[in-house]
Amino acid sequence: MIYEGKKKIWAEYQKEIPEDHYFYVRSCIRQSFFPASEATFLDITRNKLGKDIFETEHHTTCGGIAYHSDAIPQETAMTIIARQFALMKKYGYENYVCSCITSFGLYCETLETWREFPELQQKIAENLWKTCHLEFAKPKFLVHASDLIFKYRMQIAAKSKYKLVNKNTGEPLRVVEHIGCHYSKMFPSKGVGGAEYPYVLVGMIEAWGGQIVDYPERRHCCGFGFRQYFIKSNRGYSLANTHKKFESMEPFKPDMIITNCPGCPYFLDRWQYVIAETEGKTYGQDGHGIPVFTYEEVAGLVMGYDPWDLGLQTHQVSVEPLLDKIGIPYDPAKKYLGKNGKNLGQPEKPHCLK
Amino acid sequence: MKNNILVIGGGPAGMEASAALSRMGYNVILAEKEKSLGGHLAKWDRLFPDQIPAKQVLDSLLEGIKDVKCFTETDVNSINLLDRSYNAMLSNGITILADAVLLASGFDLFKAEKKEEYGYGIYEGVLTNADLEKAFKEGKTFSPAPMAIGFVHCVGSRDEKAGNPACSKVCCATAVKQAIETKELYPDANVYCFYMDLRMFGRHYEDLYLRAQKSGIRFIRGRVSEVSETADGRLLVKAEDTLSSKPLKVSLDRLVLMAGMRPSKAGRAVGHQLNLTTEEDGFFSSADNLLSIQRSKLPGFFYAGACTGPKTLPDTLHEARSAAMEIDRYIKENFRK
Amino acid sequence: MIDFGFSVNPSSRINLDAADGEKFHRLAALEPDALKCMACGSCSASCSAAAFEDTSLRRALLSLQNGLSDDAAKLLSHCMLCGKCTMVCPRGINTRHLILSILKIYSL
Repeated sequence: MIYEGKKKIWAEYQKEIPEDHYFYVRSCIRQSFFPASEATFLDITRNKLGKDIFETEHHTTCGGIAYHSDAIPQETAMTIIARQFALMKKYGYENYVCSCITSFGLYCETLETWREFPELQQKIAENLWKTCHLEFAKPKFLVHASDLIFKYRMQIAAKSKYKLVNKNTGEPLRVVEHIGCHYSKMFPSKGVGGAEYPYVLVGMIEAWGGQIVDYPERRHCCGFGFRQYFIKSNRGYSLANTHKKFESMEPFKPDMIITNCPGCPYFLDRWQYVIAETEGKTYGQDGHGIPVFTYEEVAGLVMGYDPWDLGLQTHQVSVEPLLDKIGIPYDPAKKYLGKNGKNLGQPEKPHCLK
Repeated sequence: MKNNILVIGGGPAGMEASAALSRMGYNVILAEKEKSLGGHLAKWDRLFPDQIPAKQVLDSLLEGIKDVKCFTETDVNSINLLDRSYNAMLSNGITILADAVLLASGFDLFKAEKKEEYGYGIYEGVLTNADLEKAFKEGKTFSPAPMAIGFVHCVGSRDEKAGNPACSKVCCATAVKQAIETKELYPDANVYCFYMDLRMFGRHYEDLYLRAQKSGIRFIRGRVSEVSETADGRLLVKAEDTLSSKPLKVSLDRLVLMAGMRPSKAGRAVGHQLNLTTEEDGFFSSADNLLSIQRSKLPGFFYAGACTGPKTLPDTLHEARSAAMEIDRYIKENFRK
Repeated sequence: MIDFGFSVNPSSRINLDAADGEKFHRLAALEPDALKCMACGSCSASCSAAAFEDTSLRRALLSLQNGLSDDAAKLLSHCMLCGKCTMVCPRGINTRHLILSILKIYSL
């Protein structure tokens, strides 16, 4: 591996990310999959770094799930998106940051489509006025929330309590990065570092002390694929994609996986359980899996947040071996206590996956 | 009085044309931007299809231009058309008034790092046709001896996205030649050629293909889609075996990319000064692609070799001689009435 | 083990690292012509069996090189050794002899 060669490619895919003042939109599914990630994003950016990140309860889904499942036509999705952008303008913002990769891809696709077909943009603006009485607007800068954490990575490192380093050996942790397909595969120029060697998560890992694992199937889809997963009879196919990735990364002995998409950490995490229970195979040390994190969770960990406040107890693959490796303290007795201190109940132990 | 002819580019085309023009009695001035003459030929080890040493060919070409005034490390700083002659200022301070100019600016190799998915400049085992030829020429071998080596045809050729939809013409034969030479060096290695179509059009080229097959080189019909590094530092290469319609993967120790031909930067700079037009592929437009490939659309300005599109070495040499004849005809018609 | 009603789908990808090169080398040593196929398809086009059963010497050779000898066996199992393919092969491969050698070496 010639690191300089990668740096040359990264230098070609630089993206302008404004420092501050963003209109933030959430993902439909992340709050149930990884309940503390978005809250952590807001807490870090607003309270720890003092940024102006605005959120309104009036924003909706981007329509991406319905669009990618062929349930709504493109014009409908575009009108939903136009409404989101109009809200941004209404609240006095011109920088738009979204939490979801599917949304990010769809926003990029929509803006490109409008650029190419101005008459369609005109029609959507009319739809927007007819349905919502809102003024059409486009963001000056569109970024994904991981772009923003990438932008702030050194500020986060400066405030960090822990490093992504094995405290016993002093060696950097070996980290697999997984980028959501719609982050830069559709528009390589819209992603930090491009699509072939994306830098957005690599930059965070490097800034926080870890070492990136470059394994052969790093470009492969996590296996979500929307309607490829929704129907039970298709799930073996979804599972096979995840399986292929783990078989490919296994020889590199990764300590952890970091992702920037709503679906990817979910599938990479939960399918490890299914692979363990159907194939009898686990990929971590001593029968454990490889823990999978969102970038907000990793930022939270290095900044010293309590692991249970980051929602790590909702992961299928146990995170404790990794916390021990880094030396992050946690109270096992509090793992399944809710925010109000009440017991949430304990999940059933898997047979195979520790 | 001898007419001055300026030849721009000291590769095979420029050398062969200079030799011919000099024999015809013209006063030839050859300008070459590099330190020495020979162009890509000087960097090559052996030539397809008969594996003749490139040096032998180069020496013969050099022999032909003994009496030609050659300026190496010399760029054409400016060139413009006066009444009926060209005024060229060279970077060595010399100004030439030439009654005809021959552009033999050849090609640059496609920059293989542009195909990001092949990892040239990122994975140590990935090299280009030119890198391998250089290693052959310098007698360098890979250590430890590789167990598996692949050749990728059409790198930056037949690739609209890479900016070159055209075939580079020489890569198939080069790949097959280099694969044979590699197999000879490492007889125990598995050698693979990844091709889309095998374009073995020239005399003896098909023989070369058959020879490669007989030596056990495996031809896989499909373009390599991505390259990555395995945990033990080898290259994992993916392609479709389109003959069996199945995706395929194989671990290799070296992967050689057949970088295609792009118009040379230096040639384009000259063309720019005279507003010479190019076709969609970026190579110069001839006055007519059938009847007068050697003529440009400017009076007294001629082309030879790969500046009008990818050419093999024999093609280039024929064009050089033919350009010399065209120039001779032009001078006789315009300057000796 | 739990039955979820689905499991990891099998992969159709050819893995050349896992292909048995040793047997193919033996075949090539006995039948150097096995290496000469240029995938023109003349053999399958003229094949007496191919119109009725999935038969192809071209694809069988490819399968062997890809390490899929079971597929090769299926593609040759309806061969009647009539020899039409020998007549049309532009590389002059003795296809009947080659087929018999494949069956012998791969114990098909």
